[in-house]
Amino acid sequence: MTPAVLQQAFALVLDPYVLWVIVAAAAYGLFVGAIPGLTATMATALLVPVTFFMPPVPAIAAIVTATAMAIFAGDIPSCLLRMPGTPASAAYADEAYAMTRKGQAEAALGASLVFSVIGGLFGTAVLIAAAPALAEIALQFSSFEYFWLVILGLSSAVFLAIGNPVKGVVSLLLGLLVASVGLDNPAAFPRFTFGSAELTGGLTLIPIMIGMFAFSEILRNVAAMERPWEMAQAKIGNVFRGMWTLARRYPMSILRGSALGTAIGALPGAGADIAAWMSYAVSKKFSKEPEKFGTGHVEGIVEAGAANNSAIAGAWIPALVFGIPGDSITAIVIGVLYIKGLNPGPTVFMQKAPEMYAIFVVFILANLLMIPLGYAAIKGAKQLLRAPRELLMPVILVFCIVGAFAINNSLFGVVLMLAFGLIAYVMEENGFPVAPAILGMVLGAMLEENFISSMIKSDGRLLAFFERPIAGALGALTMLIVAWPLARAWLRRNRNREALL
Amino acid sequence: MKINDALAGAALAALGAAVLWHIQGFPPMPGQKFGPAWFPGLVAGGLIVCGTLLVAARLRAAAPAPLLALPAWMRRARPVASVASVVAGLAFYVLAADMLGFHITAAALLLVWSRLLGAAWKLALPVALAATLVIHLAFYKLLKVPLPWGLLERVVF
Repeated sequence: MTPAVLQQAFALVLDPYVLWVIVAAAAYGLFVGAIPGLTATMATALLVPVTFFMPPVPAIAAIVTATAMAIFAGDIPSCLLRMPGTPASAAYADEAYAMTRKGQAEAALGASLVFSVIGGLFGTAVLIAAAPALAEIALQFSSFEYFWLVILGLSSAVFLAIGNPVKGVVSLLLGLLVASVGLDNPAAFPRFTFGSAELTGGLTLIPIMIGMFAFSEILRNVAAMERPWEMAQAKIGNVFRGMWTLARRYPMSILRGSALGTAIGALPGAGADIAAWMSYAVSKKFSKEPEKFGTGHVEGIVEAGAANNSAIAGAWIPALVFGIPGDSITAIVIGVLYIKGLNPGPTVFMQKAPEMYAIFVVFILANLLMIPLGYAAIKGAKQLLRAPRELLMPVILVFCIVGAFAINNSLFGVVLMLAFGLIAYVMEENGFPVAPAILGMVLGAMLEENFISSMIKSDGRLLAFFERPIAGALGALTMLIVAWPLARAWLRRNRNREALL
Repeated sequence: MKINDALAGAALAALGAAVLWHIQGFPPMPGQKFGPAWFPGLVAGGLIVCGTLLVAARLRAAAPAPLLALPAWMRRARPVASVASVVAGLAFYVLAADMLGFHITAAALLLVWSRLLGAAWKLALPVALAATLVIHLAFYKLLKVPLPWGLLERVVF
């Protein structure tokens, strides 16, 4: 990175239009995040049709800012309604509400805000340091290494998903099946098109994602609409009071939460929600007072609140360097990057250096902006949460329609959104996680392409996948990750059998 | 809607089998071991294996489960009507948007949906009109998305 690049990057961000977009996206993110049932991924999916018509930097800036804000804002209704605003806040929603009941809403919200900012900045720092460095290494990668990276990503998505791993694999396979529709394969043979012109180009991902992340969420909301929200009475003054003391009392929690969050974010398929669950559990395990967890104790909020915001930035590392999304938000972002000519991959840091560093600057800016805007959102929370859902949901639905239509200006997009929204709804109802399916759709073509071109290079010898040093190491690592849970399940079953005898 | 794992597994295995059958017609890539059928074939095989595993796990489980269990909200009229109206409304949009146009269809849907979800007329009507106008300005005017005019075409142009 040269000073000239940095100067260009700042010039790209400090443009009045871009700054205006950032502020608008921040307000949008705070609103979507704070309303229970509207998620950060949904915010991204609905933002894409709008960013379509923007230059690259403001388009990406809008998504970065909106998601960072939404993940923080998800903590607000946890405190006031005992309902997480986004799944990323679910891990400690009960804890936050217990604090409110003890009259400590101010401290809970303050901790959420301050440690979200710190976690976000930590994740950003790792992103800035790691992404260009990884890109240097990745320059030497060939189809063999990329094949393993994709496999590694797909398997981590399955094993990090909560619940039955077989269902995770099913979800992944369905995603891969969707990815194989159309002409876009090494042989350019039209697969599963059934003579339809709409299907020849493959299924467009953005309408599918609007369906899976926005429409299915609306269905859930509408089904549960009868129950009114009950807001806790809480007096909220200066939320920053006492935060310095907290930071001094829990330095390890902050560091551990931020580091774990960044790592989970960077692992494909797992995002802010899983980062928060894991961090909350880790925090309890290492705490000096684990018995206080669940009774309105701030320690877990500090750690998990930092973790979910750091995961947001962490997810961009594999997304930018390899084109492998770290979470469902970046799964959507990768599509936007391609459309904007910022094709992810190691060379993007050389060819589009100013734009890449501009994204980093936006990350820093968004996290700093969270302090005043997040404070304002906390102050206005009661009005915000009174937004009439019976009017809001229909309007969002029409946004879904227009967004799905706008990608190709075709009603087929709306059909896709409807179909995949229903599929995602039924899947989640039955314990099939949606994230692996999304990853499969995004990575399917990459998997097949790298496999076929590797096979062409090596004349069909499968062992070639282990002959290059990095490829071999990645391959071994993948097999270890896949074999470990299987071995553990087998051991456990044997032990149970012994215990029975 | 809770579907029994055995039923879901059988359906997934059937899907895998159907894909396997369908890809038999895919041509090979000349001179290559792996043609266009390889990748979907692998996926289909995986679906058959996983589907079978789900069926087996369900059959081994001691506690019986119904083939299909409806969630609590499906037994009450209000939420069923709301959810049905959302799905039917989207289908209606797909069928009618080109003829009626975006503006009429969207405003009508907004009105029906917000009324069904419990909004009063005096709020539902102005919000339906205002939201349609705002989306028109944002997407049609600003972002140049060619939202269909339909019936209004003759009025506007």
